Amino acid sequence: MFAYTIRRLATLVPVLLGMTFIVFMMIRAIPGNPAQLILGQQATQEAIEGLTRRLGLDQPWYTQFFAYIKGLFAGDLGVSLKTNVPISEEIWPYLAATMELALVAMIIAIVVGVNAGIVSAWFQNSWFDYTAMVLALIGVSMPIFWLGLMEQYIFSIQLDLLPTTGRDNIRVPVDPITHLYLIDTLIQGRFDQFTEVIRHLILPGIALGTIPMAIIARMTRSSMLEVMRSDYIRTARAKGMKMFWVVYKHSLKNAMIPVVTVIGLQTGLLLGGAILTETIFGWPGIGTYIYDAISFRDYPVIQSGILVVATIFVLINLLVDLLYAAIDPRIKFK
Amino acid sequence: MSEQLAKSTPPVVPQHVPAPVEDKAISPWKEAWRSFKKNKIALVGLSIVSFFILIAIFADLLAPYHYKDVNLSDKHIAPSAEHWFGTDEFGRDILSRVIHGARISLWVGFFSVAGSVIVGSVLGIVAGYYGKWVDGIISRIFDILLAFPSILLAIAVVSVLGPSLKNALIAIAIINVPTFGRLLRSRVLSVKEEEYITAARAVGMSDTRILIHHILPNSLAPIIVQGTLAIATAIIEAAALGFLGMGAQPPTPEWGKMLADSKDFIIQAPWTVLFPGLAIMLTVLGFNLMGDGLRDALDPRMKS
Repeated sequence: MFAYTIRRLATLVPVLLGMTFIVFMMIRAIPGNPAQLILGQQATQEAIEGLTRRLGLDQPWYTQFFAYIKGLFAGDLGVSLKTNVPISEEIWPYLAATMELALVAMIIAIVVGVNAGIVSAWFQNSWFDYTAMVLALIGVSMPIFWLGLMEQYIFSIQLDLLPTTGRDNIRVPVDPITHLYLIDTLIQGRFDQFTEVIRHLILPGIALGTIPMAIIARMTRSSMLEVMRSDYIRTARAKGMKMFWVVYKHSLKNAMIPVVTVIGLQTGLLLGGAILTETIFGWPGIGTYIYDAISFRDYPVIQSGILVVATIFVLINLLVDLLYAAIDPRIKFK
Repeated sequence: MSEQLAKSTPPVVPQHVPAPVEDKAISPWKEAWRSFKKNKIALVGLSIVSFFILIAIFADLLAPYHYKDVNLSDKHIAPSAEHWFGTDEFGRDILSRVIHGARISLWVGFFSVAGSVIVGSVLGIVAGYYGKWVDGIISRIFDILLAFPSILLAIAVVSVLGPSLKNALIAIAIINVPTFGRLLRSRVLSVKEEEYITAARAVGMSDTRILIHHILPNSLAPIIVQGTLAIATAIIEAAALGFLGMGAQPPTPEWGKMLADSKDFIIQAPWTVLFPGLAIMLTVLGFNLMGDGLRDALDPRMKS
């Protein structure tokens, strides 16, 4: 396992370097002088030259690239042009917001998806099975930005049950400590705010969780069906064990191996979906951060923001691989 | 190809089928079509896809109004006999816009995937066939491209190229290249070891001929399956880019863009948001169902 981990970590280095290079070059491929674009047509030559120097754009690209890499190792992600604050200092609240949303989405997806898959397999070809699988098929094909809008229309506008946008009640804002609001409100013992935060998480959580939910449900079902045909399940049933325990105790354990992989892969994919969900629900997460930077032409934020998200994505995938190798020893020897 | 689909003839038959053997054996494509026909869900998918292809082809005849016709006195009319899907904030007929939108979404779907297939196949074949450092470089590029969440990479590409439908198409094509590249590469690696390739080489067949006559036909089935599923994702991604204002620009009736434009009027006119979204979902569902069916029919080993 140790050797495998090392080997897997070693493949990470060129990928991370390559990623950084691509993002770096992409920003520089934008036509025109970025300084001119940022400052607009009215800017004086002096101002443009000043900003060009500040962005380091007067240096050759490789000098800029090595300076950027060097900065990255020192934890320096650059300075935002819009706020003038180092990105490494201002990025955490956005990251925390996205993490909280992604976590809730994944919990919803796993709890509903796994159980729907189990019951579907248990009562194979029943009306429940058919309904769940049709819903799962629709769920996989769902444009999440549209689902989000429909949720807002039904649950916020028509039924007035849940808030449409934001993370907390703006009249009683959460006092951030970790910026993970669920934790912050609990630490402060503000249970009124805690429920508020949960209420704000439900709609975007469902929107973001729908696709992984559908995929997990389908995966759990097919994996359970396979396991439930095996001999030891027949033995368990033959000795008179209650079906509920056969399903939830004996079958589930073995059926979970492929499901765990799918869950891991989907967690990574959530990051992409988060960008879309955040724009609809006014969620102040990393997607919003990058999206706003694009409309403001805040190049350092676009560059480092994309890089941070991509790095997290790579690390999650690494974790999944290691986890999978730990569960299934055959992987390591491939 | 599209008209063929519409007449619901086999969707899987490519133009250059490996020459059928002269005896009574059924060709693998016919066999695949037989098993596809038995799959009810796949047939539903094929029907949905054919339906939208027909709509896209005959959009000009089917649309009751012109999709650009602005009529401010008719703004936000609820669905009625005159406007089945209602009208938007400029009084444009939503049904007509959704119909024309089918053309755009399918166009982006087909052509971006075609682009990814071509570029991905060439790179994958070169990597797999020539191996060594060529493979090393190409495979690392695939790894790096796959290391980005796809929509994020698309957004980055569009922010470099500038927002337009064409650039969205290019971005989507780029993000799908590694999928097909890896597929072809692994295919080439497994076929390369087969004895008939050694035989072909022994009789003096050139590399190019081996690639075209042996390796490509052997890789068609997975490309078709993966391609169908990729069209589904491409359509969603195009709509997402349009929704973020990074794809089609007004007055193009692109479904995602329509959603973005009408989302602020969701309270007064929910139908403006309902129908474009339903159209996206149904089209994507169609391609997904068809792709699943094709996978079961063409390549039982790919079943997960």
